[in-house]
Amino acid sequence: MTDQPSLSFFARLWLALVCFWRIWLDRSFAQAVLPVRQADIAGRLPAGAPVESAPAPAPAPVPAPVPPPVVAVPPEREHASALQLLAMLQREGRLIDFLQEDVAAFPDEDVGAAARIVHEGCRKLVRQYFTLEAVLPQGEGERVQVPAGFDAQRIRLTGNVAGQPPYSGALKHHGWVATALTLPSPSPAMDPRVLAPAEVELS
Amino acid sequence: MARYAIGIDLGTTHSAVSYLNLEEGKPRGPAQSMLPIPQVTAPGTVEARPLLPSFLYLPSAQEFPPGSLALPWNPNATHFAGEFARTHGAKVPTRLVASAKSWLSHPGVDRRAALLPWQAPEEVQRVSPVEASTRYLRHLREAWDHTFARAREEAGNAMAAQDVIITVPASFDAAARDLTLEAAKAAGLDNPLLLEEPQAALYAWLEAQGESFRKSMRVGEVILVVDVGGGTTDFSLITVRDRAGEVELTRVAVGDHILLGGDNMDLALAHTLQQRLTAEGKKLDAWQFNALTHGCRTAKETLYGNAAFTHAPLAIASRGSSLLGGTIRTELTREELDRVLTEGFFPTTPLTEMPRLARRTGLAQMALPYAQDAAVTRHLAAFLTRQAQALASSPDSPVDVGGKAFIHPTAVLFNGGVFKAGPLKARVMEVLNAWLAADGGQPARELEGADLDLAVARGAAYYGWVRQGHGLRIRGGTARAYFVGVETAMPAVPGMEPPVKGLCVAPFGMEEGTQADVPPQEFGLVTGEPTRFRFFASSVRRDDKVGAFVDDVEGNPEFEELAPVETTLPGTPAPYGDLTPVNLQAAVTEVGTLELRCLEKNGPGRWKLELNVRMKE
Repeated sequence: MTDQPSLSFFARLWLALVCFWRIWLDRSFAQAVLPVRQADIAGRLPAGAPVESAPAPAPAPVPAPVPPPVVAVPPEREHASALQLLAMLQREGRLIDFLQEDVAAFPDEDVGAAARIVHEGCRKLVRQYFTLEAVLPQGEGERVQVPAGFDAQRIRLTGNVAGQPPYSGALKHHGWVATALTLPSPSPAMDPRVLAPAEVELS
Repeated sequence: MARYAIGIDLGTTHSAVSYLNLEEGKPRGPAQSMLPIPQVTAPGTVEARPLLPSFLYLPSAQEFPPGSLALPWNPNATHFAGEFARTHGAKVPTRLVASAKSWLSHPGVDRRAALLPWQAPEEVQRVSPVEASTRYLRHLREAWDHTFARAREEAGNAMAAQDVIITVPASFDAAARDLTLEAAKAAGLDNPLLLEEPQAALYAWLEAQGESFRKSMRVGEVILVVDVGGGTTDFSLITVRDRAGEVELTRVAVGDHILLGGDNMDLALAHTLQQRLTAEGKKLDAWQFNALTHGCRTAKETLYGNAAFTHAPLAIASRGSSLLGGTIRTELTREELDRVLTEGFFPTTPLTEMPRLARRTGLAQMALPYAQDAAVTRHLAAFLTRQAQALASSPDSPVDVGGKAFIHPTAVLFNGGVFKAGPLKARVMEVLNAWLAADGGQPARELEGADLDLAVARGAAYYGWVRQGHGLRIRGGTARAYFVGVETAMPAVPGMEPPVKGLCVAPFGMEEGTQADVPPQEFGLVTGEPTRFRFFASSVRRDDKVGAFVDDVEGNPEFEELAPVETTLPGTPAPYGDLTPVNLQAAVTEVGTLELRCLEKNGPGRWKLELNVRMKE
């Protein structure tokens, strides 16, 4: 039914997020997506389209023109955005260096010094590209009401979960939600697998 | 008819573009915006930022993968300016062009010669200071056109069709202004206007005040603009006058060009910490020193931002992948910050203490003429006392100096990123007010509410609006008087040069769009063969009229010799002694540059002298 690698739920969630914001913020990207959307409506989506979402009107009487062979996108291209984010966390905050090192072998002082570098860089990056807000505005420790019909994605119940909403409980973690995302678009000229180039200093 | 007024702050370390829509019929609100400037931030990554760092990187052919430097409007870019140029250039200094603007105003070099990056190895394709400025401006123009004029029907939005105002330091001389304009033309902007940065900063402030300005400012106020940017320090004085019942702003004086700024301050802190680290046996390589400088900037902001902190920790990563073992820890203490920065750059000094000028060693590296004295307050004292002397001897002085030791400002407007540090503003006010108190004056007040990074660009765009007859315009004209050197006729004496007199061709305060004929003198002009003109400028000779002769311009501290003009004027070489009789005429163009014309007496010949094409010898 499809020539494309199947997309996991999380891959689709990521793609939806990225596409949503890029369509919103990047006119040229939106223009590139438009033909796909139109083809989708017209039921002419090339291989990869789920059949049930575009019921074929009638079997083609003549051998349909062979759709251009869809080249399977290699995984690193499919997840280019994720790799790019990792590369940026390394570039700005040395995150990969930090995670790849054995922390246990070093005293807390050294870990603390390194953490400052990672913290400063990654924080700058997160602030620049993501707008983060708490899911619930109340202070942690305060009592909050959870109404009936609450969004179970946004609020997770813990402890003695019983009975029917509305619930009343203590806010343990205010949660995080990204309200805006402005990642740069990955360049086709670059291999997204390279998270950081090796540096060779010439003398 | 232009649709937008566009203000371009072409800064030493950062550039910015602000614009407002002239058709909307009001100065701004949200309508005056900053242009997000797409730039390469990493190979293969283009992002828009409000500022374009004024750095240019000239890579070798193999350095980056093909296509990775592409800009949305230029897929085949071979060099890059902006964020990545700055960060990567720190690791490859020999290919990084920095401080092009300071070189553009450096009379000691040929500014059209490909000499940047300074001291780069032979094989690096260098660019001239003019070319580097051209590339920044072209980047800004292309970013604008990409944002607003991509489609054919948007052609009227192209930057070249708008009112473009480019800011220059008030202390830029006629040559540096001319070269800025030349760079703008090469970048595809045909009719830009030039505006002095401190004026732009004041326009931004005026715009933010709106009509309340007329209530808060009295006639006779003297506004001191103190602008300390990344690489330069500039002072300007603007006074509020009454002309026929209308409030008028007049720029009274500007200071000399001082190469001293925020970058010096971060470097000073980094050197201090490096000394301590060396004493502890930790050695930093060039890359780590750069990271230390960056860390010092952050630590400085932390300490200045919160008076309760006694120190700010700093961590400098190793170059290698091991972050834990190689990281160097240190801290910047408040004592060090106060000693090195507040006391080093803004010391509490008496008014009489002037900047040190003497070099300590006989030989110095040929480079930019950096300030010898780091104390901004001493430079300020020199500026205010020098201008007071010049104004005191001027019969129609716009400011009453009567018996004062220095010009008494009544208000201070700060500009430049350095003053994001509140304590530094407070220190300048404290020092200035101590001088005022000692001289029997009233304390000056600070004009609040300027956006220190973006004020210049915003003010420049607002100037486009003011030029259409709205709001208050700052009048100024030339900040210097200009003189041409005339060799005096004397019998030849071996070993003795004939003395050179200065002939005033453009007086102080000559306004844009005016011209002045140099009265009766007639000169013999050499045409058809190389010839040389000497020029002098003075920021304190306020009262010399056009045509005035000054005897001792050479070696006179009131005069600064500009780069000579060496040129071959078109025409036929005349037999020896047979010169073309001409009259001189000076014009300050609408744009803000100075032109000197030679008009043939009783003839059609017209020659234009381009100020400063060659380096000063």
